[in-house]
Amino acid sequence: MYEKDGEKYFVVDGHTHFWDASPENWVEGQEEYAKGWIECFHAYQGLGPADTHWPIDRFQKYSEELMMHDLFEAGHVDVAIFQPTNLRQWYKNGFNTTEVDAALAEKHPGKFLVNTYFDPREGDAGMKAFEERVKRYGCKGVKLYTAEWLGDSRGWSLKDPEAFRYLEKCEELGVKNIHVHKGPTIWPLDKDAFDMSDVDRASTSFQGLNFIVEHVGLPRIEDFCFMATQERNVYAGLAVVVGGLMHARPKFFAKVMGELMFWLGEDKLIFGADYAIWEPKWQVEGFVDWQMPADEELSDFAPLTVEQKKKILGLNAARLYDIDVPAELRLEAPKVVEPVGVPNP
Amino acid sequence: MTAIEEVRACHAAVWHALGTVRDPELDEPLTDLGFVARCEVDGGRAAVELRLPTYFCAPNFAFLMVADAYDAVSAVPGVRSVEVRLVDHFAAEAINRGVAARAGFVASFAGEAVNELDELRATFVRKAVLAGTDRVCRALMKSGVDGDRLARMTLGEVPASQDRERLRARRRELGLPCGDGDPLLVDPETGEAVPPSDAARHLGFARLTRAGQEANSGVCRDMLRVRYPHIGEQEGAR
Repeated sequence: MYEKDGEKYFVVDGHTHFWDASPENWVEGQEEYAKGWIECFHAYQGLGPADTHWPIDRFQKYSEELMMHDLFEAGHVDVAIFQPTNLRQWYKNGFNTTEVDAALAEKHPGKFLVNTYFDPREGDAGMKAFEERVKRYGCKGVKLYTAEWLGDSRGWSLKDPEAFRYLEKCEELGVKNIHVHKGPTIWPLDKDAFDMSDVDRASTSFQGLNFIVEHVGLPRIEDFCFMATQERNVYAGLAVVVGGLMHARPKFFAKVMGELMFWLGEDKLIFGADYAIWEPKWQVEGFVDWQMPADEELSDFAPLTVEQKKKILGLNAARLYDIDVPAELRLEAPKVVEPVGVPNP
Repeated sequence: MTAIEEVRACHAAVWHALGTVRDPELDEPLTDLGFVARCEVDGGRAAVELRLPTYFCAPNFAFLMVADAYDAVSAVPGVRSVEVRLVDHFAAEAINRGVAARAGFVASFAGEAVNELDELRATFVRKAVLAGTDRVCRALMKSGVDGDRLARMTLGEVPASQDRERLRARRRELGLPCGDGDPLLVDPETGEAVPPSDAARHLGFARLTRAGQEANSGVCRDMLRVRYPHIGEQEGAR
């Protein structure tokens, strides 16, 4: 919970990791990629305030104590959602697996929700393992990394018939929140992240599922908004938006927030700090203090209300994940303001 | 013309040709972006080096720029041989080899790429049309013209400006109507006039597209400057 000027905010960090990218975990022969990947992440941390930067060795592998402190003691987070990213091609025990996340979550009841993943290239065996993970850890969501390498494959698409089979399984198991990484990429060639048409197709076909597009397709925000306006079950995951832009590129941050509010509206935006790329503390405090600047270029956009910030920082995610919000942190009478772009239900 | 004057003229023509090549996403000339690291002309032989903001810039975009630069420089009168090399990029070797051999993108990245790049290019020219529409319309709206009126205006009714001609050129590239009598607001996919009832939404998309394009341009320029701190001095070599 975060309190400022007498207003109390229930904070859900919709995008957190507990990873191990230390050299001991690098796959032999793949060191270049394992090292390059974590160094790329580390460079992103540089977009936050200077006093929040970590040395690379701490960034490669941090402790449970540090994470609990940064999220819950210092960071104002009430509930954090784990979004795993396996990357087993480069990291022996995986980069950030469901199992590691779940072990931490079990030690700290009530603090975490554990999402898992699926990969349609894993076929029937993968399907079975997926179902087991969901049941064992009570997963209500998945994090999909369509650019992940597997053997000779440089990625997959949500349009693939195999992916549809997994999405049907998600519906059956009640895994209703589908987080898809559509954001900055480096590899691979044709599967450049500007192409979000796979989310478009899947979200149309699976109306019972919520599709949270992580990183809102940055650096191509327009592709995301074009697509999201057509689909009422598409949400904006703000990981990278707040952490990567609010401090380093404030003007673009204002435009992105303005456009997201304009096209999707206050009920579709989900905060995520993307720990440990960035700590939640400065993001939560900064976002509560932030306001749309009075600037000619931004005159199309309205200022954010306290109520809207409460939704974005936690209440929207709480709704998607059925998280119980203490009575004093709820909104008195939740209003639904229909955004410009989204069709009426 | 003396021999030295001829070399200078040829160099200027090659530089000008490179100025017609754009980053397909940013819609700006390579020469303005600082992507030309070296440009030398010697006895009809042109040698050009291109550089990009990061080691991992998307290879499909990089391929387009190297291939376009090769074509543009090859067309300069007096140039008999051309070498265009991308430097400091993880896929430089494959791209340079592919462009020099006049192979397509798919052949240059056997097993890793599926489609040739025409559709990719068209996608970004369509975005350039939208971004250009915002540039033109914002100025008009500032002077009190509303969306309804914009949807009834023709290109020829827009006061002459660089932005208008740039928009016209992008529309021409896509085969969209671009004459003075054609509508100012057109769907960049179909070329159909945007009806007044859809004007607000269309202008919203135009604004959004421009925001993305300008943000990416800013990021690329910043990163290039970080990567090549002496960039200003090198440009003096043109």
